[in-house]
Amino acid sequence: MPKFNAEVIIEGKKNARDPEGETIMRDLMMKHGYKMVSSVRSGKILKVIVEARDASEAEAICWKMVNELRIYNPVAHSCSIKIID
Amino acid sequence: MTMKVIVIQFSGSTCDRDLVYAMREVMGWQVDLVWYKEATNVLDDYDAIFLPGGFSYGDHLRAGIIAANTAVMDNVKKLANDGTPVFGVCNGFQILVESGLLPGALIGNDTLRFSCKWVNLRVETNRSAATSLGIKGDLWRVPIAHGEGRYFNDELGLKELNDNDQIVWRYADENSQITKEANPNGSIENIAGICNLEGNVVGLMPHPERASESALSPWGTDDGRLYFKSIENFFRRI
Repeated sequence: MPKFNAEVIIEGKKNARDPEGETIMRDLMMKHGYKMVSSVRSGKILKVIVEARDASEAEAICWKMVNELRIYNPVAHSCSIKIID
Repeated sequence: MTMKVIVIQFSGSTCDRDLVYAMREVMGWQVDLVWYKEATNVLDDYDAIFLPGGFSYGDHLRAGIIAANTAVMDNVKKLANDGTPVFGVCNGFQILVESGLLPGALIGNDTLRFSCKWVNLRVETNRSAATSLGIKGDLWRVPIAHGEGRYFNDELGLKELNDNDQIVWRYADENSQITKEANPNGSIENIAGICNLEGNVVGLMPHPERASESALSPWGTDDGRLYFKSIENFFRRI
């Protein structure tokens, strides 16, 4: 069965403050001349290799997994899944 | 009859023995510390279930999430839904939230720092199993030690907690005021601990087991005992 590269991206919801993103922007980027950056949100990426019949099934498996195992907390996070190849 | 309780130990639990000590030596309860794989089928033998603090599974992915997915937690959920008192301290609270037994999320402290200090907890309700002997408005002095203790919920979730009297403790200052300065981690509405609708499942980030003997407190207080006495009182009533 073919293998697919999937990227699971977990981000904090906009209504949850992200001090890590704020610090990176304020204390790193802006202090070093990147004043044109106006927002940074930090998150987590899981790069998953999954066996499936096709890309559609690979994505479906990933969604089932992230929901069943609560890989993101739906109260605080949003999640997106992309099949790269 | 002496309380008979279980403390479930996960890979990475570090505050299990403090909890065992407080309940066994200070409260005189019968306490069994059981490895999570062996705890699954013996939970029925106990009056109450405790999930201790620590860094189960290294806090990988998110604090509490991997432990929340273990088979023992399926049984903890069944018993909790049947009314068994279940308590989570610190990482235990995170596990309860991630297992769905308590609502919301516990995310990184807004200070981006691990915070280790004594705080004041204002008792918000005596409806919960862990505050059944508490007096609303009273302050309990209890220490915290956490990096991901910021309680978060959305507007609807927060409204439900307030409407249903599920907020058990809030961080407060010396004058019992809910202030930003008194909040060690940015928790919404200074929430330090909550319970489920029925009041039998209670989670909090601070460590009452470390506040149960006056010798451990900078003020000579032992407010943590009220947590355990409340649990005993609640159990005797059900």
